Amino acid sequence: MIGAGAVGRSVVELAGEHGHEVVAVADSSTAVVADGTGGPGADDSAGVDPDAVVARKSERGIVGDDDPDDALAADYDVLVEATPTTLGDAEPGFSHVTTALERDRHAVLANKGPVAERYGDLRAAVADSDGEIRFEATVGGAIPAVSTVEDIEPGHVTAVRGVLNGTANFILTRMAAEGLDYDHVLAEAQDLGVAEADPSFDVDGTDAALKCVILANVLSFGAADDPADAREFTLADADVSGIRDVPGSALRLAAEDGQTVRLIGEATGETVRVAPRLVPENGTLAVSGTQNIVQIETSHAGRLNISGRGAGGPETASAVLGDVGRLE
Amino acid sequence: MSDRRDGAPEAALDAEGATDDAEDADSASPDGGHAAATPSTHTVRLELVDEPGQLLAALHPIADNGGNLLSIYHERGNKTPRGRIPVEVDFEATPERFEEIVDALRSEGVNVMQAGTERYAEEVTLLLFGHLIDTDLSDTLSEIEACESASVADVSLAAPQGTEEVSSARLRLEARAGETDAALAAVRDLAAAKDLRVVEPLTGVEA
Repeated sequence: MIGAGAVGRSVVELAGEHGHEVVAVADSSTAVVADGTGGPGADDSAGVDPDAVVARKSERGIVGDDDPDDALAADYDVLVEATPTTLGDAEPGFSHVTTALERDRHAVLANKGPVAERYGDLRAAVADSDGEIRFEATVGGAIPAVSTVEDIEPGHVTAVRGVLNGTANFILTRMAAEGLDYDHVLAEAQDLGVAEADPSFDVDGTDAALKCVILANVLSFGAADDPADAREFTLADADVSGIRDVPGSALRLAAEDGQTVRLIGEATGETVRVAPRLVPENGTLAVSGTQNIVQIETSHAGRLNISGRGAGGPETASAVLGDVGRLE
Repeated sequence: MSDRRDGAPEAALDAEGATDDAEDADSASPDGGHAAATPSTHTVRLELVDEPGQLLAALHPIADNGGNLLSIYHERGNKTPRGRIPVEVDFEATPERFEEIVDALRSEGVNVMQAGTERYAEEVTLLLFGHLIDTDLSDTLSEIEACESASVADVSLAAPQGTEEVSSARLRLEARAGETDAALAAVRDLAAAKDLRVVEPLTGVEA
């Protein structure tokens, strides 16, 4: 388990319930690697003690006394990458994943950077490896967006759209419901822990765009006969506008007409677009608060809607552990 | 179907039996009052019983109420589920006369299936926000009107912080059939040029 933020800690805590064992945990500067003995009185279970890891992280800010490189070198079947999302070269997440693939191990990502910014490189690394990658947790938290698209088969999916950022959705919902302006609602969201101190990633649409870019890559690579022919998407290919300057008066005018505004992301195998859009006030896409929704448009199976919690430690960890299960 | 009305059709009052004094309405405009409403093209779809004389009976209320007939498409081979014959009639009339014509048709017992302006078949609502007033809202609207694909049907403006601050407008556009995307693209370009933001609807997506 690489990364010991909210998602990493939840993965460590919930792995046992899913029948998995955590053999090593690393954050950016420390690590703990199970010594294989499990300590005195241990049975077959040779993993690290989840409670001890979480306690050390919250009390002392470290996960253990080992070096992060030891965790990367540990004897694992699946590496889980849940370090913070970085753009551009997507490091260090990208190297963590390729290190696993070079050792013919699987990798599961909760980090959007590598799948959004370097999908082609990742696919090439997978092609040279006996390992696989999965990344359900990168799109819509607990919502099974990627696996549903894979089940339908990307060639039979014409578009995926939806509300993919809970922070922006919370702000738009509150602005419309209370007639408040953006700055007021943002401050409220920050107090509630729904928005970060620097909310740009969420309110400028970057986070939603990364998720749509990932979906566009899944559609494009999944539909191509030869991955070499597939179009690769990165954040630079996305047409993005955020909600920062949407005035309260615009939401009021929308409401007068039975409509509301939502930050909608759309991905096809050819385009990625994120923008505030008018949607019917009581329509499927007008989810409230921090809820997310993914709407999948298919060639033969009509339209599918999946809504749920798009963020949160245990929610995202559930998607991660579901991926780990699929790799068994 | 779109070109045949380009031959400068005569004004509505030329229709046989026109009783109103449209000329007077015209002459009233120079004094600064309301200009007379200009006639626009309308299409009505009628259902006729398959009996002699029915078509003529259906056309009388149009001509008698100041409609200028442009074309009649008699779909003889086609029947509605109730065995009637659909007829599509294009004519020019002012909005007021158009209502009278539809009422007259209905009171004559003619079944009017659809009545509307043929020119604009699709409707789309969007929001614009930014310095709408500083950037000359009426010019913005005229530029949208000037675009071939669309016409502005309705505008609501909200400027809660006064005219010099950011304000919002909700626009209802009527677009020609199949040209909604072109109309939206035109609005996007115009907004970009004036540094306004557009909140577009999700077109083609039924909620």
